[in-house]
Amino acid sequence: MATTSVVLQACSKNSRQTKSSDGSAVTDNSPFEQMTLRENPNNGDKVSLLGFGMMRLPVEAGGTARENPDSPIDQQAVNDMIDYALEHGVNYFDTSPAYCQGLSERSTGIALSRHPRKDYFIATKLSNFSPETWSEKESKAMFERSLVELKTDYVDYLLLHGIGMSGGGKDAMNAFYGRYMDNGILDWLVEQKKAGRIRNLGFSYHGDIKVFDMLLRWHDEGKYHWDFVQIELNYLDWEYANEINPRNTDAVYLYAELEKRNIPAVIMEPLLGGRLAKQPAAITRKLSERDSRFTPAAWAFRFAGTPKGVLSVLSGMTYLEHLQENVRTYSPLEPLDDSEWTFLLNLARDIYELKAIPCTACNYCMPCPYGLNIPGIFSHYNKCIAEGTMPSAASNENEYQRQRRAFLVGYDRSVPKLRQADHCIGCNHCLSHCPQRIDIPHEMQKINRFVESLKQQIV
Amino acid sequence: MLRKIRITLAFIFFALLNLILLGAGWGITQHIAFVAKLQFLPALMALNFGVLALLVVLTLVFGRVYCSVICPLGVMQDVFGWMGKKAKKNRYSYSPEKRWLRYTVLVVFVVCLVVGFAPVTTLLAPYSAYGRIVNSLFKPLYDLLGNALAAIESNYDSYMFSEVQIWMRSVTAFVVALLTFILLAVLAWRNGRTYCNTICPVGTILSFFARFSFLRVQFDKNKCKNCSLCEKNCKASAIDFKEGKVDYSRCVACGDCVDKCKFDALHYKPILVASSQTKTTADKPDEGKRAFLTGATLATGTALFSQAKIKVDGGMAVIEDKKEPHRDVAITPPGSISAYNMNRHCTACQLCVSNCPNNVLRPSTDPFHFMQPEMSFERGYCRPECTRCSEVCPTGAIHKITKEEKTAVHVGHAVWIEQNCFPVSNGDSCGACARHCPAWAIQMVEKEIGGKTVSVPVVDTAKCIGCGKCENLCPARPFSAIYVEGNKMHIID
Repeated sequence: MATTSVVLQACSKNSRQTKSSDGSAVTDNSPFEQMTLRENPNNGDKVSLLGFGMMRLPVEAGGTARENPDSPIDQQAVNDMIDYALEHGVNYFDTSPAYCQGLSERSTGIALSRHPRKDYFIATKLSNFSPETWSEKESKAMFERSLVELKTDYVDYLLLHGIGMSGGGKDAMNAFYGRYMDNGILDWLVEQKKAGRIRNLGFSYHGDIKVFDMLLRWHDEGKYHWDFVQIELNYLDWEYANEINPRNTDAVYLYAELEKRNIPAVIMEPLLGGRLAKQPAAITRKLSERDSRFTPAAWAFRFAGTPKGVLSVLSGMTYLEHLQENVRTYSPLEPLDDSEWTFLLNLARDIYELKAIPCTACNYCMPCPYGLNIPGIFSHYNKCIAEGTMPSAASNENEYQRQRRAFLVGYDRSVPKLRQADHCIGCNHCLSHCPQRIDIPHEMQKINRFVESLKQQIV
Repeated sequence: MLRKIRITLAFIFFALLNLILLGAGWGITQHIAFVAKLQFLPALMALNFGVLALLVVLTLVFGRVYCSVICPLGVMQDVFGWMGKKAKKNRYSYSPEKRWLRYTVLVVFVVCLVVGFAPVTTLLAPYSAYGRIVNSLFKPLYDLLGNALAAIESNYDSYMFSEVQIWMRSVTAFVVALLTFILLAVLAWRNGRTYCNTICPVGTILSFFARFSFLRVQFDKNKCKNCSLCEKNCKASAIDFKEGKVDYSRCVACGDCVDKCKFDALHYKPILVASSQTKTTADKPDEGKRAFLTGATLATGTALFSQAKIKVDGGMAVIEDKKEPHRDVAITPPGSISAYNMNRHCTACQLCVSNCPNNVLRPSTDPFHFMQPEMSFERGYCRPECTRCSEVCPTGAIHKITKEEKTAVHVGHAVWIEQNCFPVSNGDSCGACARHCPAWAIQMVEKEIGGKTVSVPVVDTAKCIGCGKCENLCPARPFSAIYVEGNKMHIID
């Protein structure tokens, strides 16, 4: 989502980009205006609209742990980014004991503890996904360990992690009870809140709508009070989440449910793991034609930040450049007007038609017990869609041969042969781990059939 | 002039042959496969009478130009001979023909050919020997280079090169190739065409015709000053300048002597007149540069051992390597008709092995099928769209088939091993073999095993073509739960 070569119009007041003396587009380094802040109605917290997601931290070997799982987190780069973020008004940092192969909280703690505690809000989660951590003892230990790792004695925003996901061989509802109710952990967390160790208690939601509805019903009934709820929201999921995957729920419903209860929404996946930032030329052209001051990423951030009930929009940032661009987008937010909002929702139709695999490369599915690189396979497939290089029967012969070779050679390069889709045996172990609820084995077979047809040249 | 033409033609043939032997592909393999089909023994094995007649006529007219131009082993020896001559000029001398040795080897060769004892014929066949040298020694280097280029271009969104696995297909074949290479390099460095004129059965056969060749190198007695340069530069040790004679059974018509003669006393021309004479002593061969050569070949060998390991990432499960199962009957590639046909025709040149893009073919270690190709599926399987081995085989060991014909050839049949199968061994549901089978020969069937009902594969051997996809993609490691047994005779629908 680095600055793209957009044809620039005359620079207006809000211009995000400018021209250098040689005429090329460069990033505007002039001082920003103030970062947009949103007020938490419960306690008056002034939270930055841009929240820093700590799940895709850079590693020393380059990229993230997804590309280089053996490489340690690049702490210097994390420190630099957090310094930059705080300097430019970002004050919400979202982590979890599960992120970055379990090292995100520690890294976040190291970087943040170099600054006064009152300058930022820490959000972390009770990520007791594994049935071995469902017990009261293990779950409590997880929370205590978070405080130690984060070098603090209270958490500003604590979330029940991944509500609505199945797990431990149980469906979503039973998994929720197993993780938070049967062991008394939710009640214990409420006590911790009273004791001041948790300032806001909420949950992050993926998956089965029954659990979401039940928790909000409890809120209505006064059984539990949710200070905030984290949902996935972007202009594709707003109306197409359910069409992309019938087991998911459109963001428009989720947001409306929160708004009518005045529960602040924290937004995740505003870019769908970067997919909305990297789009086919046909889509980016439409965005540019509409208003070339904004990159595709900036459009997506503006969408996610526009609803008033949104407290913060999280972005899992790996590179300082992305942080800078996102800070700029929200300093201040230029909310979408109605026609722009409609424009993006119409564009969502085009993106939906591309039939990309809705993987955000969160890596929750990994490691696959049979060695597949699941996000690697999906991202190669999606990359070819995004770059418009997907070989198809519609291409002319030369183009088809070129694209076919690029797809197959690129596939071997990005995923070793033994980790490719044909090695999926359909054991279904990954299914319960996917927050996007992708039927991974089914998609693997689909991709493998496509690869086979390319190899045999029968597309 | 003759020398220049010879070198030019030899270069073209040698380059083309190396391209296919390296499995270079470039989409031109089937267009240049003829250089392999022109080889004498492969043509004999394939009963390709057209080529045989052509080669006989060629030799009757021009002498043994086959050995100078078409035979890659001959050209390789010329390269070493040329290097040897750089090290020490005028190094050769005349030696009488060792007819008893040539004929003994030829008789042994023919007998083995007739009774079908492959190890001897494949070892002696010159083209096959060169094929093995390329496959075992040069191809790994070539692939290494390709992989390096692929790694570089991957930074530039370019897709010309694709990465390939580099692996030791057979230690035996490697050792044989290495020994052949060292032996021939040393012999050629010191004495030129010793191998071609004492051991090589093709050389001996062609020499029968070369004795009567129409065009031949001849002395002009009037011009000869007895300087001995011709004899000292004859890599075939075929010129006896004292007698003014050339042994045409050993002359490979290279033209070096004609080129060397300062007095225009030697001519390559139709049979007409005769010679002149003088004396000189022979030079002793130089032992000096041997060390370098041996060193170089050893370095080639070490490079082969540095096999590309499968890269394992931390966030990913370790994948154990597959091991080859014991097969009662070796599997031979589609188009080879039967184990018998393969055994009778194959000269073990490794052309098919080099060209197999799926890492399926490798040289056999069975002494009776020594270094002839067989199939195994630890690294890949016989892909339906590929008929490369059948396109390149010059000997008729693998007949040309189309990919449509290939779907009807049953080279083997899958066998299920209950205790390795995941639904039985670890309880995970699988069905990979059934899902991937291109012949729909495998069905998952509910069975009661060990007190529980599990879904396990049942193979319909009548449908199974033995492509090995099930074996290759079976998740059980190191031994698959389903593997292919060869069919001695390929069943054809």
